[in-house]
Amino acid sequence: MNFAVLQFPASNCDQDALHVLRNVLGHSARFVWHKETSLGDADAVIVPGGFSYGDYLRCGAIARFSPVMQAVQAFAANGGPVLGICNGFQVLCEAGLLPGALIRNRSLQFRCEHIFLKTITTNSPFANRIPEGKLLRVPIAHGEGCYFADEETLRLMKVGNQILWRYVDAAGEVTDAANPNGSLENIAGVCNAFRNVAGLMPHPERASEGLLGSADGRLIFESLIHALETKTIAKAA
Amino acid sequence: MNPVDSPGIRFAFASDMKAKIIITPKKAVLDPQGKTVQNALAQMGYPGIGAVHVGKYLEIEVTGDAEVVRKQIDEACHKFLSNPVIEDYKLEIE
Repeated sequence: MNFAVLQFPASNCDQDALHVLRNVLGHSARFVWHKETSLGDADAVIVPGGFSYGDYLRCGAIARFSPVMQAVQAFAANGGPVLGICNGFQVLCEAGLLPGALIRNRSLQFRCEHIFLKTITTNSPFANRIPEGKLLRVPIAHGEGCYFADEETLRLMKVGNQILWRYVDAAGEVTDAANPNGSLENIAGVCNAFRNVAGLMPHPERASEGLLGSADGRLIFESLIHALETKTIAKAA
Repeated sequence: MNPVDSPGIRFAFASDMKAKIIITPKKAVLDPQGKTVQNALAQMGYPGIGAVHVGKYLEIEVTGDAEVVRKQIDEACHKFLSNPVIEDYKLEIE
């Protein structure tokens, strides 16, 4: 498969994402600079973490209007899969490709630690390979990861089964203590109504090799690859 | 050259305006910065301190027809300068 990994000024998880896709999973991946207007022959797009445009104004607010994001909008509208990680999640929310927004952590602290994720539904191209009941141990590293959506949006997301991951404790319980940033209902990741665009604050690309202490994050990339290979998700025209 | 004939100065005579934009977090949105500042003010001994909301203030220098400018800046506020999911804004042009 061909992956496009976007690069904005101050992206800093782009190399990690490319490394996992290329060297760990053996697929083809290339960087796409924010000024480019085409995604080429990409089968899927990764919007990586970092501090695009210095996080000025709001996280993701300026990146969302970069030329490459117009191509991503078209790609997503055609059903192509797009995964936003950390700052990439913020960019996709700002772009209106995902519901809600990410605001300052409840604690006002930048949180950098490993957390546990519970997969709420495996009915998604980003979670189909995650075994039932398996908790993912992956790191977070953010200051603005508190997920917010208004009541009506949240209701529609539940109806549409769009909440993909929640922060839980080691026993898999959704508790306030396991919520690292104050996210509404411990939400860590969501998808759009068509299920081809998803975002999460934790970093699966930093937990895709045993050497790094956890390889749980791989399951998210393997899910996406499985969805593409089995054509359960269409490549955008 | 008469200063009024200089293009730069004549341009400055066109309706130069300043857009002043105040962006605040919506009521329903958690505002940990506001809460922290509120606690600090109370701790410092200031009496009667209620809720604090921390927002942003932007000034934009802009030239053009007043009505068009208002419309354009208002659109930019909605589309870009604020995020309607989490923020409200007030726009003044003078």
